[in-house]
Amino acid sequence: MANQLEELILLDFWPSMFGMRVRIALAEKGVSYEYREEDLRNKSQLLLKMNPVHKKIPVLIHKGKPIRESSIIVEYIDDVWKDKSPLFPSDTYDKARARFWADFIDKKLYQNGRTLVFTAEGEEHKAAKKEFIDCLKLFEEELGDKPYFGGDSFGYVDVSLIPFYSWFHSYEIYGKFNIEQESPKLIAWAKRCIQNNQSVSNTLPDSLKILGFVQIVRNAFGLCD
Amino acid sequence: MAKQEVILLDFWASMYGMRVRIALAEKGVSYEYREEDLRNKSQLLLEMNPIHKKIPVLIHNGKPICESNIIVEYIDEVWKDKAPLLPSDTYGRARARFLVDFIEKVYHNGRILVYKAKGEEHETARKEFIDSLKLIEGELGDKPYFGGDSFGYVDVSLIPFYAWFQAYETFGELNVEQDCPKLIAWAKRCFQNKESVSNVLPESVKIVAFVQHVRNIFGVGE
Repeated sequence: MANQLEELILLDFWPSMFGMRVRIALAEKGVSYEYREEDLRNKSQLLLKMNPVHKKIPVLIHKGKPIRESSIIVEYIDDVWKDKSPLFPSDTYDKARARFWADFIDKKLYQNGRTLVFTAEGEEHKAAKKEFIDCLKLFEEELGDKPYFGGDSFGYVDVSLIPFYSWFHSYEIYGKFNIEQESPKLIAWAKRCIQNNQSVSNTLPDSLKILGFVQIVRNAFGLCD
Repeated sequence: MAKQEVILLDFWASMYGMRVRIALAEKGVSYEYREEDLRNKSQLLLEMNPIHKKIPVLIHNGKPICESNIIVEYIDEVWKDKAPLLPSDTYGRARARFLVDFIEKVYHNGRILVYKAKGEEHETARKEFIDSLKLIEGELGDKPYFGGDSFGYVDVSLIPFYAWFQAYETFGELNVEQDCPKLIAWAKRCFQNKESVSNVLPESVKIVAFVQHVRNIFGVGE
Protein backbone atom coordinates (compact mmCIF):
# COMPACT_ATOMS: atom_id res chain seq x y z
CA MET A 1 0.00 0.00 0.00
CA ALA A 2 1.29 3.45 -0.85
CA ASN A 3 2.52 5.64 1.98
CA GLN A 4 -0.52 7.86 2.48
CA LEU A 5 1.45 10.43 4.48
CA GLU A 6 3.65 11.49 1.60
CA GLU A 7 0.99 11.04 -1.07
CA LEU A 8 1.89 13.16 -4.05
CA ILE A 9 -0.28 13.25 -7.16
CA LEU A 10 0.22 15.42 -10.22
CA LEU A 11 -2.77 16.13 -12.45
CA ASP A 12 -1.28 17.13 -15.76
CA PHE A 13 -1.46 17.06 -19.56
CA TRP A 14 1.60 15.88 -21.45
CA PRO A 15 2.13 18.83 -23.90
CA SER A 16 1.58 21.50 -21.25
CA MET A 17 4.71 23.58 -20.69
CA PHE A 18 3.29 24.51 -17.30
CA GLY A 19 2.97 20.84 -16.37
CA MET A 20 6.52 20.23 -17.61
CA ARG A 21 7.83 22.84 -15.16
CA VAL A 22 6.37 20.87 -12.27
CA ARG A 23 7.64 17.52 -13.59
CA ILE A 24 11.15 18.97 -13.96
CA ALA A 25 11.08 20.46 -10.45
CA LEU A 26 9.95 17.15 -8.93
CA ALA A 27 12.67 15.32 -10.86
CA GLU A 28 15.29 17.79 -9.67
CA LYS A 29 14.30 16.99 -6.11
CA GLY A 30 14.20 13.24 -6.75
CA VAL A 31 10.65 13.03 -5.45
CA SER A 32 8.34 10.11 -6.32
CA TYR A 33 4.80 10.90 -7.33
CA GLU A 34 1.82 9.54 -9.16
CA TYR A 35 1.32 11.17 -12.58
CA ARG A 36 -2.27 11.34 -13.81
CA GLU A 37 -2.96 12.37 -17.39
CA GLU A 38 -6.06 14.54 -17.77
CA ASP A 39 -8.28 14.60 -20.82
CA LEU A 40 -8.91 18.33 -21.08
CA ARG A 41 -12.16 17.84 -22.98
CA ASN A 42 -13.39 15.55 -20.22
CA LYS A 43 -11.83 16.70 -16.96
CA SER A 44 -11.77 14.32 -14.04
CA GLN A 45 -13.87 14.81 -10.93
CA LEU A 46 -10.66 15.07 -8.96
CA LEU A 47 -9.39 17.96 -11.08
CA LEU A 48 -12.68 19.82 -10.82
CA LYS A 49 -12.69 19.28 -7.07
CA MET A 50 -9.05 20.25 -6.57
CA ASN A 51 -9.11 23.30 -8.83
CA PRO A 52 -12.72 24.50 -8.92
CA VAL A 53 -11.60 28.10 -9.55
CA HIS A 54 -9.66 27.63 -12.79
CA LYS A 55 -10.32 23.94 -13.61
CA LYS A 56 -6.80 23.82 -15.10
CA ILE A 57 -3.75 21.63 -14.91
CA PRO A 58 -1.18 21.30 -13.48
CA VAL A 59 -2.43 20.64 -9.97
CA LEU A 60 -0.13 19.09 -7.40
CA ILE A 61 -1.96 17.27 -4.63
CA HIS A 62 0.22 16.84 -1.56
CA LYS A 63 -1.23 14.91 1.36
CA GLY A 64 -4.69 15.60 -0.04
CA LYS A 65 -4.21 19.38 -0.38
CA PRO A 66 -4.08 21.04 -3.81
CA ILE A 67 -1.45 23.49 -4.99
CA ARG A 68 -2.28 25.30 -8.24
CA GLU A 69 -0.52 27.54 -10.79
CA SER A 70 2.79 26.18 -12.04
CA SER A 71 5.03 28.98 -10.68
CA ILE A 72 3.44 28.64 -7.27
CA ILE A 73 3.77 24.84 -7.40
CA VAL A 74 7.47 25.02 -8.32
CA GLU A 75 8.11 27.43 -5.45
CA TYR A 76 6.19 25.14 -3.11
CA ILE A 77 8.26 22.13 -4.22
CA ASP A 78 11.45 24.12 -3.66
CA ASP A 79 10.26 25.09 -0.15
CA VAL A 80 9.17 21.61 0.93
CA TRP A 81 12.15 19.67 -0.46
CA LYS A 82 14.67 22.37 0.31
CA ASP A 83 17.59 20.12 1.11
CA LYS A 84 18.19 19.06 -2.48
CA SER A 85 18.91 21.05 -5.63
CA PRO A 86 17.71 24.48 -4.49
CA LEU A 87 15.97 26.19 -7.39
CA PHE A 88 15.64 29.66 -5.91
CA PRO A 89 18.64 31.86 -5.18
CA SER A 90 19.21 32.49 -1.47
CA ASP A 91 19.66 36.24 -1.89
CA THR A 92 16.37 38.16 -1.47
CA TYR A 93 17.01 40.53 -4.37
CA ASP A 94 17.94 37.70 -6.73
CA LYS A 95 14.81 35.87 -5.64
CA ALA A 96 12.67 38.88 -6.61
CA ARG A 97 14.47 39.04 -9.93
CA ALA A 98 13.85 35.33 -10.58
CA ARG A 99 10.13 35.78 -9.83
CA PHE A 100 10.05 38.78 -12.19
CA TRP A 101 11.42 36.72 -15.09
CA ALA A 102 9.04 33.81 -14.48
CA ASP A 103 6.18 36.31 -14.48
CA PHE A 104 7.51 37.82 -17.74
CA ILE A 105 7.56 34.37 -19.37
CA ASP A 106 3.89 33.84 -18.47
CA LYS A 107 2.73 37.31 -19.49
CA LYS A 108 4.63 37.74 -22.74
CA LEU A 109 6.19 34.57 -24.11
CA TYR A 110 3.30 32.20 -23.53
CA GLN A 111 0.54 34.43 -24.93
CA ASN A 112 2.49 35.39 -28.02
CA GLY A 113 3.56 31.79 -28.65
CA ARG A 114 -0.04 30.68 -28.36
CA THR A 115 -1.12 33.25 -30.94
CA LEU A 116 1.63 32.10 -33.29
CA VAL A 117 0.42 28.50 -33.39
CA PHE A 118 -3.31 28.80 -32.84
CA THR A 119 -4.29 31.92 -34.77
CA ALA A 120 -4.59 32.45 -38.49
CA GLU A 121 -2.15 34.78 -40.22
CA GLY A 122 -3.02 38.44 -40.03
CA GLU A 123 -2.34 41.55 -37.97
CA GLU A 124 -2.61 39.79 -34.61
CA HIS A 125 -0.28 37.02 -35.76
CA LYS A 126 2.26 39.51 -37.10
CA ALA A 127 2.24 41.51 -33.85
CA ALA A 128 2.64 38.33 -31.80
CA LYS A 129 5.62 37.25 -33.90
CA LYS A 130 7.38 40.57 -33.36
CA GLU A 131 6.75 40.50 -29.61
CA PHE A 132 7.84 36.87 -29.40
CA ILE A 133 11.18 37.60 -31.06
CA ASP A 134 11.64 40.67 -28.84
CA CYS A 135 11.08 38.39 -25.81
CA LEU A 136 13.74 35.95 -27.02
CA LYS A 137 16.25 38.76 -27.33
CA LEU A 138 15.41 40.02 -23.83
CA PHE A 139 16.01 36.53 -22.46
CA GLU A 140 19.37 36.40 -24.19
CA GLU A 141 20.30 39.73 -22.64
CA GLU A 142 19.27 38.52 -19.20
CA LEU A 143 21.23 35.28 -19.62
CA GLY A 144 24.38 37.13 -20.68
CA ASP A 145 27.43 34.89 -20.41
CA LYS A 146 26.05 32.77 -17.59
CA PRO A 147 25.57 29.05 -18.25
CA TYR A 148 22.09 29.22 -16.73
CA PHE A 149 19.68 31.97 -15.76
CA GLY A 150 20.30 30.76 -12.21
CA GLY A 151 24.04 31.42 -12.63
CA ASP A 152 26.24 28.35 -12.33
CA SER A 153 23.37 26.06 -11.55
CA PHE A 154 20.03 25.24 -13.09
CA GLY A 155 17.40 27.26 -11.25
CA TYR A 156 13.86 28.61 -11.09
CA VAL A 157 13.95 30.70 -14.27
CA ASP A 158 15.61 27.86 -16.18
CA VAL A 159 12.84 25.48 -15.01
CA SER A 160 10.20 28.04 -16.01
CA LEU A 161 11.57 28.63 -19.51
CA ILE A 162 13.01 25.30 -20.69
CA PRO A 163 9.63 23.62 -21.38
CA PHE A 164 9.05 26.15 -24.16
CA TYR A 165 11.98 24.58 -26.02
CA SER A 166 9.80 21.57 -26.88
CA TRP A 167 7.39 24.03 -28.51
CA PHE A 168 10.03 26.00 -30.44
CA HIS A 169 9.77 23.84 -33.55
CA SER A 170 6.00 24.48 -33.72
CA TYR A 171 6.50 28.23 -33.17
CA GLU A 172 9.04 28.22 -36.03
CA ILE A 173 6.76 26.40 -38.45
CA TYR A 174 3.72 28.59 -37.88
CA GLY A 175 5.66 31.77 -37.19
CA LYS A 176 7.84 31.19 -40.26
CA PHE A 177 11.12 32.11 -38.61
CA ASN A 178 14.24 30.44 -37.24
CA ILE A 179 14.72 30.76 -33.50
CA GLU A 180 18.41 29.74 -33.59
CA GLN A 181 19.05 32.53 -36.06
CA GLU A 182 17.23 35.09 -33.92
CA SER A 183 18.68 33.98 -30.57
CA PRO A 184 21.61 31.55 -30.86
CA LYS A 185 22.66 31.95 -27.21
CA LEU A 186 19.21 30.91 -26.07
CA ILE A 187 19.33 27.72 -28.15
CA ALA A 188 22.79 27.01 -26.74
CA TRP A 189 21.37 27.44 -23.24
CA ALA A 190 18.47 25.09 -24.02
CA LYS A 191 20.79 22.40 -25.36
CA ARG A 192 22.99 22.80 -22.29
CA CYS A 193 19.94 22.28 -20.04
CA ILE A 194 19.04 19.07 -21.89
CA GLN A 195 22.60 17.71 -21.93
CA ASN A 196 23.43 18.43 -18.31
CA ASN A 197 20.10 17.85 -16.57
CA GLN A 198 18.35 14.51 -16.66
CA SER A 199 15.29 16.17 -15.14
CA VAL A 200 14.97 18.08 -18.44
CA SER A 201 15.93 15.37 -20.93
CA ASN A 202 13.58 12.89 -19.23
CA THR A 203 10.69 15.35 -19.11
CA LEU A 204 10.61 17.30 -22.37
CA PRO A 205 8.49 15.62 -25.03
CA ASP A 206 9.84 15.31 -28.55
CA SER A 207 9.35 18.49 -30.60
CA LEU A 208 7.66 16.49 -33.35
CA LYS A 209 5.12 15.07 -30.90
CA ILE A 210 4.30 18.62 -29.83
CA LEU A 211 3.95 19.59 -33.49
CA GLY A 212 1.56 16.66 -34.01
CA PHE A 213 -0.51 17.87 -31.07
CA VAL A 214 -0.52 21.45 -32.40
CA GLN A 215 -1.76 20.21 -35.78
CA ILE A 216 -4.64 18.33 -34.16
CA VAL A 217 -5.71 21.45 -32.29
CA ARG A 218 -5.36 23.61 -35.41
CA ASN A 219 -7.58 21.22 -37.34
CA ALA A 220 -10.13 21.38 -34.55
CA PHE A 221 -10.05 25.21 -34.83
CA GLY A 222 -10.41 25.00 -38.60
CA LEU A 223 -6.99 26.48 -39.27
CA CYS A 224 -5.35 25.31 -42.46
CA ASP A 225 -1.78 24.02 -42.50
CA MET B 1 26.93 53.40 5.40
CA ALA B 2 24.22 51.05 6.64
CA LYS B 3 21.36 53.40 5.80
CA GLN B 4 18.83 51.84 3.48
CA GLU B 5 17.84 53.92 0.52
CA VAL B 6 14.27 53.17 -0.51
CA ILE B 7 12.54 55.01 -3.33
CA LEU B 8 9.06 54.20 -4.63
CA LEU B 9 8.06 55.27 -8.14
CA ASP B 10 4.29 55.28 -8.07
CA PHE B 11 1.02 56.88 -9.13
CA TRP B 12 -1.40 57.94 -6.41
CA ALA B 13 -4.50 56.19 -7.83
CA SER B 14 -2.81 52.89 -8.66
CA MET B 15 -4.13 49.97 -6.60
CA TYR B 16 -0.84 48.19 -7.33
CA GLY B 17 1.08 51.11 -5.90
CA MET B 18 -1.20 51.18 -2.86
CA ARG B 19 -0.24 47.58 -2.06
CA VAL B 20 3.40 48.54 -1.88
CA ARG B 21 2.72 51.66 0.21
CA ILE B 22 0.67 49.59 2.67
CA ALA B 23 3.38 46.93 2.93
CA LEU B 24 6.06 49.55 3.58
CA ALA B 25 3.83 51.19 6.22
CA GLU B 26 3.23 47.83 7.91
CA LYS B 27 6.98 47.39 8.20
CA GLY B 28 7.55 50.96 9.35
CA VAL B 29 10.03 51.58 6.53
CA SER B 30 10.92 55.15 5.58
CA TYR B 31 11.07 55.82 1.89
CA GLU B 32 11.01 58.54 -0.69
CA TYR B 33 7.76 58.59 -2.64
CA ARG B 34 7.99 59.86 -6.21
CA GLU B 35 4.81 60.55 -8.14
CA GLU B 36 5.04 59.61 -11.82
CA ASP B 37 3.17 61.38 -14.59
CA LEU B 38 2.10 58.35 -16.61
CA ARG B 39 1.78 60.38 -19.80
CA ASN B 40 5.34 61.63 -19.33
CA LYS B 41 7.31 58.92 -17.58
CA SER B 42 10.58 59.86 -15.87
CA GLN B 43 13.96 58.75 -17.12
CA LEU B 44 14.41 56.92 -13.85
CA LEU B 45 11.25 54.86 -14.37
CA LEU B 46 12.19 53.96 -17.93
CA GLU B 47 15.67 53.00 -16.75
CA MET B 48 14.49 51.00 -13.74
CA ASN B 49 11.66 49.17 -15.52
CA PRO B 50 12.67 49.11 -19.19
CA ILE B 51 10.66 45.97 -19.94
CA HIS B 52 7.22 47.01 -18.75
CA LYS B 53 7.75 50.76 -18.13
CA LYS B 54 5.12 50.60 -15.39
CA ILE B 55 4.72 51.65 -11.80
CA PRO B 56 5.10 50.69 -9.02
CA VAL B 57 8.86 50.23 -8.94
CA LEU B 58 10.67 49.94 -5.65
CA ILE B 59 14.30 51.00 -5.80
CA HIS B 60 16.24 49.58 -2.86
CA ASN B 61 19.85 50.68 -2.52
CA GLY B 62 19.84 51.48 -6.24
CA LYS B 63 18.35 48.17 -7.42
CA PRO B 64 14.84 48.01 -8.91
CA ILE B 65 12.12 45.54 -7.99
CA CYS B 66 9.07 45.50 -10.29
CA GLU B 67 5.56 44.00 -10.21
CA SER B 68 3.55 44.80 -7.08
CA ASN B 69 3.11 41.26 -5.72
CA ILE B 70 6.83 40.55 -6.20
CA ILE B 71 7.65 43.86 -4.46
CA VAL B 72 5.41 43.02 -1.49
CA GLU B 73 7.06 39.59 -1.07
CA TYR B 74 10.46 41.27 -1.31
CA ILE B 75 9.51 43.81 1.38
CA ASP B 76 8.24 40.98 3.59
CA GLU B 77 11.53 39.11 3.22
CA VAL B 78 13.89 42.05 3.71
CA TRP B 79 12.08 43.51 6.71
CA LYS B 80 11.13 40.16 8.15
CA ASP B 81 11.32 41.08 11.81
CA LYS B 82 8.19 43.19 11.82
CA ALA B 83 4.57 42.45 10.87
CA PRO B 84 5.09 39.28 8.79
CA LEU B 85 2.76 39.32 5.81
CA LEU B 86 3.17 35.85 4.33
CA PRO B 87 2.24 32.81 6.43
CA SER B 88 5.12 30.85 7.92
CA ASP B 89 3.92 27.45 6.68
CA THR B 90 4.72 26.35 3.16
CA TYR B 91 1.19 25.33 2.19
CA GLY B 92 -0.22 28.57 3.61
CA ARG B 93 2.21 30.53 1.44
CA ALA B 94 1.21 28.62 -1.71
CA ARG B 95 -2.46 29.26 -0.92
CA ALA B 96 -1.86 32.98 -0.30
CA ARG B 97 0.04 33.32 -3.59
CA PHE B 98 -2.77 31.54 -5.42
CA LEU B 99 -5.36 33.95 -4.05
CA VAL B 100 -3.23 36.98 -4.92
CA ASP B 101 -2.88 35.62 -8.46
CA PHE B 102 -6.67 35.22 -8.60
CA ILE B 103 -7.23 38.76 -7.30
CA GLU B 104 -5.72 39.99 -10.57
CA LYS B 105 -8.99 38.89 -12.21
CA VAL B 106 -10.88 41.33 -9.99
CA TYR B 107 -8.64 44.22 -10.96
CA HIS B 108 -8.67 43.25 -14.64
CA ASN B 109 -12.47 43.14 -14.82
CA GLY B 110 -12.68 46.24 -12.65
CA ARG B 111 -10.71 48.16 -15.26
CA ILE B 112 -13.14 47.09 -17.98
CA LEU B 113 -16.08 48.11 -15.78
CA VAL B 114 -14.82 51.65 -15.31
CA TYR B 115 -13.08 52.39 -18.57
CA LYS B 116 -15.17 50.68 -21.23
CA ALA B 117 -18.55 51.64 -22.59
CA LYS B 118 -21.60 49.50 -21.90
CA GLY B 119 -21.96 46.48 -24.12
CA GLU B 120 -21.18 42.78 -24.21
CA GLU B 121 -17.60 43.10 -22.92
CA HIS B 122 -18.80 45.28 -20.06
CA GLU B 123 -21.59 42.87 -19.16
CA THR B 124 -19.22 39.86 -19.15
CA ALA B 125 -16.73 41.77 -17.03
CA ARG B 126 -19.47 42.72 -14.59
CA LYS B 127 -20.55 39.12 -14.11
CA GLU B 128 -16.97 37.86 -13.76
CA PHE B 129 -16.19 40.68 -11.32
CA ILE B 130 -19.01 39.73 -8.96
CA ASP B 131 -18.34 35.99 -9.32
CA SER B 132 -14.67 36.56 -8.47
CA LEU B 133 -15.52 38.68 -5.43
CA LYS B 134 -17.97 36.02 -4.19
CA LEU B 135 -15.29 33.37 -4.53
CA ILE B 136 -12.82 35.51 -2.62
CA GLU B 137 -15.47 36.14 0.03
CA GLY B 138 -15.80 32.37 0.33
CA GLU B 139 -12.07 32.12 0.99
CA LEU B 140 -12.37 34.64 3.83
CA GLY B 141 -15.01 32.57 5.60
CA ASP B 142 -15.40 33.68 9.21
CA LYS B 143 -11.83 34.84 9.66
CA PRO B 144 -11.25 38.50 10.50
CA TYR B 145 -8.57 38.72 7.82
CA PHE B 146 -7.47 36.53 4.92
CA GLY B 147 -4.28 36.10 6.92
CA GLY B 148 -6.32 34.64 9.82
CA ASP B 149 -6.05 36.69 12.98
CA SER B 150 -3.63 39.12 11.45
CA PHE B 151 -3.54 41.28 8.37
CA GLY B 152 -1.44 39.54 5.74
CA TYR B 153 -0.32 39.25 2.13
CA VAL B 154 -3.76 38.60 0.65
CA ASP B 155 -5.31 41.42 2.70
CA VAL B 156 -2.62 43.82 1.45
CA SER B 157 -3.20 42.73 -2.14
CA LEU B 158 -6.98 43.09 -2.09
CA ILE B 159 -7.66 46.08 0.18
CA PRO B 160 -6.80 48.72 -2.48
CA PHE B 161 -9.99 47.66 -4.26
CA TYR B 162 -11.86 49.36 -1.42
CA ALA B 163 -10.62 52.77 -2.57
CA TRP B 164 -11.92 51.91 -6.02
CA PHE B 165 -15.19 50.30 -5.09
CA GLN B 166 -17.26 53.44 -5.33
CA ALA B 167 -15.92 53.85 -8.88
CA TYR B 168 -16.78 50.20 -9.66
CA GLU B 169 -20.29 50.70 -8.31
CA THR B 170 -20.85 53.98 -10.14
CA PHE B 171 -19.57 52.94 -13.57
CA GLY B 172 -20.25 49.23 -13.26
CA GLU B 173 -23.75 49.71 -11.90
CA LEU B 174 -23.18 47.29 -9.05
CA ASN B 175 -23.91 47.11 -5.40
CA VAL B 176 -20.92 45.30 -3.96
CA GLU B 177 -22.24 45.46 -0.38
CA GLN B 178 -25.42 43.69 -1.45
CA ASP B 179 -23.56 40.94 -3.30
CA CYS B 180 -20.62 40.54 -0.92
CA PRO B 181 -21.48 41.94 2.51
CA LYS B 182 -18.76 39.98 4.31
CA LEU B 183 -16.14 41.40 1.99
CA ILE B 184 -17.25 44.96 2.65
CA ALA B 185 -17.24 44.19 6.39
CA TRP B 186 -13.67 42.91 6.01
CA ALA B 187 -12.64 46.04 4.10
CA LYS B 188 -14.10 48.32 6.78
CA ARG B 189 -12.34 46.25 9.46
CA CYS B 190 -8.99 46.72 7.66
CA PHE B 191 -9.65 50.44 7.32
CA GLN B 192 -10.57 50.82 11.00
CA ASN B 193 -7.88 48.63 12.53
CA LYS B 194 -4.89 49.27 10.29
CA GLU B 195 -3.27 52.67 10.11
CA SER B 196 -1.26 51.46 7.14
CA VAL B 197 -4.56 51.14 5.25
CA SER B 198 -6.32 54.29 6.46
CA ASN B 199 -3.22 56.39 5.84
CA VAL B 200 -2.58 55.02 2.37
CA LEU B 201 -5.96 54.56 0.70
CA PRO B 202 -7.08 57.69 -1.16
CA GLU B 203 -10.67 58.84 -0.70
CA SER B 204 -13.16 57.02 -2.91
CA VAL B 205 -14.52 60.28 -4.30
CA LYS B 206 -11.06 61.25 -5.54
CA ILE B 207 -10.81 57.93 -7.39
CA VAL B 208 -14.28 58.46 -8.91
CA ALA B 209 -13.20 61.93 -10.08
CA PHE B 210 -9.99 60.48 -11.53
CA VAL B 211 -11.91 57.78 -13.41
CA GLN B 212 -14.38 60.37 -14.73
CA HIS B 213 -11.47 62.45 -15.97
CA VAL B 214 -9.95 59.49 -17.84
CA ARG B 215 -13.36 58.55 -19.28
CA ASN B 216 -13.79 62.11 -20.53
CA ILE B 217 -10.40 62.01 -22.25
CA PHE B 218 -11.36 58.79 -24.03
CA GLY B 219 -14.95 59.85 -24.67
CA VAL B 220 -16.44 56.92 -22.80
CA GLY B 221 -20.06 56.89 -21.73
CA GLU B 222 -21.08 60.13 -23.45
